[in-house]
Amino acid sequence: MSRTVWREYMPAIVVAVAALVLWEAAVRGFQIERFLLPAPSAIVTNFIENFERLVHIGWFTTKEALGGFFIGCSLGILAAFITARWVAVNEAILPFAIAANSVPILAFAPIVNNWFGVDNPLSKMIIVAVIVFFPVMINTIRGLTLVDKNALELMHSYAASEVEILWKLRTPNALPYIFNAFKIAAALSMIGAVVSEYFGGNRSALGVFITQEAALFRFENAWSAIIIACIVGITFYLIIVAVERAVIPWYFEQRKAERH
Amino acid sequence: MTTARRAGTSSSERPSSRLPKPVRQALAFILIIVIIVILWEGLKWFAGDPWRPDNNPFGISHKPMWKLKIASDLNLPHVWTIIEAFGKPSRRNGPPLFEILLAASFFTFREAFMGFLIGGVLGFVLGTIFAHIRFAERGCMPYVVASQTVPILAIAPMVIIWLKAGWVSVAVISAYLTFFPVTINTLRGLKSPPRSAVDLMHSYAASKWAIMWKLRFPSALPYIFVALKISATASVVGAIIGELPSGIRDGLGGAILNFNQYYISGPQRLWATIIASAFVGIFFFVLIALLEKIVLSGRYPETELM
Amino acid sequence: MTNTPTVSLKNVTKIFNPGQPNEVTALKNINLDIWPHEFVSLVGPSGCGKSTLLRLIADLTQPTEGTVQVNGKSAYRARIEQDYGIVFQSPTLYEWRTVAKNVELPLELMKYGRAERRERARKMLQLVELEGFENHHPWQLSGGMQQRVSIARALAFDPALLLMDEPFGALDEMTRERMNLELQNIWDRTGATIVFVTHSIPEAVFLSNRVVMLSPRPGCIAEIVDIDLPMPRAWEVREDPHYFELVNHLRDTLREIEGGMRE
Ligand SMILES: Nc1ncnc2c1ncn2[C@@H]1O[C@H](COP(=O)(O)OP(=O)(O)O)[C@@H](O)[C@H]1O
Ligand SMILES: [Mg+2]
Repeated sequence: MSRTVWREYMPAIVVAVAALVLWEAAVRGFQIERFLLPAPSAIVTNFIENFERLVHIGWFTTKEALGGFFIGCSLGILAAFITARWVAVNEAILPFAIAANSVPILAFAPIVNNWFGVDNPLSKMIIVAVIVFFPVMINTIRGLTLVDKNALELMHSYAASEVEILWKLRTPNALPYIFNAFKIAAALSMIGAVVSEYFGGNRSALGVFITQEAALFRFENAWSAIIIACIVGITFYLIIVAVERAVIPWYFEQRKAERH
Repeated sequence: MTTARRAGTSSSERPSSRLPKPVRQALAFILIIVIIVILWEGLKWFAGDPWRPDNNPFGISHKPMWKLKIASDLNLPHVWTIIEAFGKPSRRNGPPLFEILLAASFFTFREAFMGFLIGGVLGFVLGTIFAHIRFAERGCMPYVVASQTVPILAIAPMVIIWLKAGWVSVAVISAYLTFFPVTINTLRGLKSPPRSAVDLMHSYAASKWAIMWKLRFPSALPYIFVALKISATASVVGAIIGELPSGIRDGLGGAILNFNQYYISGPQRLWATIIASAFVGIFFFVLIALLEKIVLSGRYPETELM
Repeated sequence: MTNTPTVSLKNVTKIFNPGQPNEVTALKNINLDIWPHEFVSLVGPSGCGKSTLLRLIADLTQPTEGTVQVNGKSAYRARIEQDYGIVFQSPTLYEWRTVAKNVELPLELMKYGRAERRERARKMLQLVELEGFENHHPWQLSGGMQQRVSIARALAFDPALLLMDEPFGALDEMTRERMNLELQNIWDRTGATIVFVTHSIPEAVFLSNRVVMLSPRPGCIAEIVDIDLPMPRAWEVREDPHYFELVNHLRDTLREIEGGMRE
């Protein structure tokens, strides 16, 4: 058991260690300027020194990300359940997704800041919500509509109503799609929160901190803050994966069985 | 009695309308836009700023019964105000806004295209390496995924210091957003041939190289195109974001910064810029979709949406 | 009662996409009565409309002309009142449900109580010799076992009519032969009427009272052959000279039809 776990993770650990050693050696060996690229050791030292402050600002932004995640995911799923029944909507999804994907949502940040106030976390939550809304809605619609033709026919043979088909077939069929969307949304929501703070925000927010420190060429501070953002994003992602395994075990078991 | 007249209840054979699918899609898209416009103006009708004969093309005077901050003319300009903005100069005696936005769009598109090329090639190379070397996949894939949790805007200032402000750094930032889908889908596509297809190649004693180009790559092509379409729009977003901290003022990112500064005096210009960005993204997407059609059509079965 | 056919097709024509360039006349002027406790097989070259005919009986598609009646009612009413169970070529089990829960699906939709659902699922799984697999998930079962689950599901609410569309088409020969015997057993014990689509003539002859041969483009009935081998049939029937005669006769008909297709 532990041997297979080791085999699974060993390459990732080896690569990480090698990369860090090379990085450290390069910075020291070539005497790279501190403001160009700080050494990993310098970042780690900085990270430990500023840990409390980083946790404080990290938590501030995490709350924005979580709020936006919940708003965006709920609305996305709701919109999908309402619209998935209409063929016209389904056909418009593709062009609409493209349009939505190609707008830098960031550009709405100043507008939303104007709506709710720069300091109001709600502004950032709205931006995050908009960012995660589309992937969640699109994936949910796909899950609700891409059902096996035979499975649907079986339901018709039982004279099942649309509501019964929705609950007994479409919804379970959509769950893996929805969880995939949650995973995307988890990563996006932390990025979205940080990025939405680019156009101003509370002083104790991660994005504002990174922008300021980078402007002052204090890159160790910026890197430490970026690491916090990544850790939160990855943790968030892993939590979703754990929930997914608990909620739709059949999906994983089946895929495991197919791999043999 | 089941007579011929009763319409089909089963969804499998609902008579498909005679319009070809892209046309239907375009019509549905327009329908959605129309609905959004109606909702938008409806909100302004009930809760926006007063309608004066000179601020709407219908010459209507109307006092909304409620007042919502987000529906004010500053926060949610009228649709026609935004459309009109394209024709008006953004500075006194300057060229009309659409000329500025057109030039900015070209500029940003060029950066995005370079980023798309860099990211696409990088993504393909990484995906191919991962597909062939198990250690590389296990060792690097987690970090490739983790890389996408890094807020790109946060690293952008550092990239600009490394590579100097200019289109190269913008393209690199854009590539950071575009390589990921290509890596994932190349890997998935190269691994998509079933066991039996690979075994068949082995039975011919085919080399890894031959298996790659005669089996894996052709199987991966549809997957790769799906990723390229995602990357096309992502590269535009990446280029715009890359422009923000780099001080480049000729592109759409510059325009966003600029009109953001003057938001109070003309919110419609920022909205117009957002619309222009969407058009660039759609244009790039359609370009890749056409390429996909030329390369794939007739050789592969029709696929699901996206 | 016995003078109402279980299935009655009158002048049934089915045209897909009428009036469009891709118009297909799948079935033309089909007349067929199927009587209670009959086992009728539909055979014919692929694309001749066997599945379409079955789907018409199931009211999963509607005739362009003519009428379909089941138990003296419209096919629509019969579907709403759940007069039939259906088995497709693919088992079509829901991967998120256990084997027992899959069998219970139609019972849930028909609002059976929980205890009765359990009991019936248990019995049905016993009938198809899958007791002990109640809490397995579909992917843990072989193809033959999955198909047996889907048969159990179709039988769960005791329908008097069972519609089967090439249910054993994807199975290996040995499993298939065992399933044939099992199906005959089930048919005998439940007294159901079975309409069975297959592309295997020996299978059709072995199982059926009557074999309906369809010819394609447009699909019509080429021949109906009574299989007058005594029931129930043991495995040895397959060595009976009369069995061979019937199989050969149907094969000849099929060859004629296919010859006609080539010209
Ligand atoms: N939904 C459909 N739309 C259009 N044509 C169909 C449809 N279903 C079946 N057909 C056509 O009807 C004919 C009969 O099909 P089918 O009943 O599936 O044949 P079989 O089951 O005997 O192989 C075929 O030519 C097929 O292409
Ligand atoms: Mg068929």
